[in-house]
Amino acid sequence: MKIGIPRTLTYYAYLPLWETFFRETGCEVVISDETSKGILDKGVEYAVNDACIPIKLFHGHVYNLKDRADFILVPRLINFTREKSVTYCPKFLGLTDMIRASIPDLPPLIDFRIDLREKRRSKHREFERMGNMLGISPYRIHRAFDKAKKMLYSYRKQIAAKKTPEQALKMLLDCPHVPEAPRRPITLAAVGYPYLLYDSFVNAGMMSKLHKMGIRVLTPEMVPEKLLAKKAKRLPKNLFWTFSNQVVRGAIYYIDDGNIDGIIHVTAFGCGPDSMVGKLIELEAKQRAVPYICISLDEHTGEAGVLTRLEAFVDMLKYRRNKS
Amino acid sequence: MRITFPHMGSSWIAFKMLIEKLGHKPVMPLRPSEKTLSLGSHYAPEFACIPFKILLGTYLESLERGAEMIITSGGMGPCRAGYYGVLHEKILRDMGYNVDFVVLEPPQKRAVDFLRKLGKITSGKSLPAVWEALSTTWQKLRVLDQIEELSYETRPRETNKNETTRVMERCYEIIDGAWTKEDIRISRAKCGELLKAIPLDKSIKPLKVGIIGEIYVVLEPAVNFDIQRLLGDMGVLAHRSIYLADWTKDNTFFKGEEHIKQAARPYLNELVGGHGTLSVGNTVLYSKNGYDGVIQLAPFTCIPEIVSKSILNRVSKDLDIPVLTLFIDEQTGKAGIKTRLEAFIDLMYSRRKYRQEAVI
Repeated sequence: MKIGIPRTLTYYAYLPLWETFFRETGCEVVISDETSKGILDKGVEYAVNDACIPIKLFHGHVYNLKDRADFILVPRLINFTREKSVTYCPKFLGLTDMIRASIPDLPPLIDFRIDLREKRRSKHREFERMGNMLGISPYRIHRAFDKAKKMLYSYRKQIAAKKTPEQALKMLLDCPHVPEAPRRPITLAAVGYPYLLYDSFVNAGMMSKLHKMGIRVLTPEMVPEKLLAKKAKRLPKNLFWTFSNQVVRGAIYYIDDGNIDGIIHVTAFGCGPDSMVGKLIELEAKQRAVPYICISLDEHTGEAGVLTRLEAFVDMLKYRRNKS
Repeated sequence: MRITFPHMGSSWIAFKMLIEKLGHKPVMPLRPSEKTLSLGSHYAPEFACIPFKILLGTYLESLERGAEMIITSGGMGPCRAGYYGVLHEKILRDMGYNVDFVVLEPPQKRAVDFLRKLGKITSGKSLPAVWEALSTTWQKLRVLDQIEELSYETRPRETNKNETTRVMERCYEIIDGAWTKEDIRISRAKCGELLKAIPLDKSIKPLKVGIIGEIYVVLEPAVNFDIQRLLGDMGVLAHRSIYLADWTKDNTFFKGEEHIKQAARPYLNELVGGHGTLSVGNTVLYSKNGYDGVIQLAPFTCIPEIVSKSILNRVSKDLDIPVLTLFIDEQTGKAGIKTRLEAFIDLMYSRRKYRQEAVI
């Protein structure tokens, strides 16, 4: 049995969990190809035109898996953290229904719904339901779930040790990777959702460009969860979305920490939650006099444009450092 | 204290009375204009939706006119509008305004917080006086909704063009002048009579269109180009699915939306925030009730409505009901909207004709 997993959205945050679970239950895992122009074009074709690029890309990745998998995993994460008052972006919540309504002739979707706010349907129950759907025995489900959980924890440990997701995935699961970045003086915090930061197609190779310029890049995932949680108090009211809270808290952590030269907010054109997130980070950075730049991505984003903006920003940072 | 609040349709008539009854001086928000919008867009994040920009512009205008306290509503997500209060306050502070910013969160989720804030606004008033003020305001909101609903039924069939609009202006004055429960009851009857007295052409069978979408854009005529009146003038009966009083009720202690969510279930079985799920459910219900079409109104980049738009394509095909989606932002022009409405109306007329011929 082949299970398709789209290489986007929750991929960078939860792949070890999905992949290990399916592998351990004897399924074959097919991951969609790396993001490319072809995938993007299919996404643009099938997704509603007002959606942001990550949602369009998700449609493209699902399309990419259409004829290669017996089932496609479309995780519907509602609440997957200890905080009770948050969910994911509404577009994530309705994603399965959007996919179902937009792309014809799909193999069955695994509608994996996690809402830890409901006590009766814990994580474990949801994995059981998913296993039953695939006809796997309860014992194997249980064992695979345990292994998957452990794998997710070790993945997070790797990231907290300042590894990029690609490096960590390669180490743990043999996934494709990028070369390790050299460590040099100028340090930037790049904050944004994992599906934008780590997908080198959609961000026009931003990370490797920064690495090539000899810049050390820090991301919110590299901050240990406990320290992130502490920063929640800095805002009068939590944001409603898990990834957004992570980004804002990560940004505040690095700004408070004071060991960065500047902060880059990476966002998608028309991203709803980011209109709030961006302004919060901007105001916070302004107060602490930390240089801030926002890079907004869409299907027309070109490498040259991103590079020019990054170079100008980095030049400014170097100038600023020399001056002080 | 000089208090202001957001502008939302005709609700200002009720809130003005509430603030005066609580012993404060209302700074009336101006009807949002192009100036309001450009002021708001200037200071708002680029991709915030149009309600955010309009509200920010309205606050800035009211602050210039001497407001000392802003009262607005909060929310618990996942629609981002629930966070607007926090960000508005941060932006205003960054601009150097030192204003009292009171965000009323849903009382069932944050009871203590709600009562504390209510106490701040009502300080110095006795409990019965506060209760009287709140309950008359509630009554006024309901009356406004009812009268407006009547006007939308009258407009497409009026014999003298624009008469309903003229009568409605008079109605707003009458309701604005009513202060006690008894007065409001009388004003409702009076307005009802005025509207009934409008001569109608009974032979006209207007097209029936349901209006769904995001609450602020649906309720604020200054943002949606007064679409219900526009449709009425084009001879279409426009029924809107959201009323402020109902919405407030459903989102505090009472649950009145269950049947709509039920209707949405086959297509969208998840609450996606804002009015996303209700938009899908209401489209199903409109089609069951024999409406000729549905118009979805939403701000550009509205998250829940993008989800429902994507699903409405399927609903429209399955249930054979045309759906027109209008996303509105600061670039939207009235002529563009009007052209699209005209085309949509033509489509609905020819569908109706085709169906009648098919029956014969």
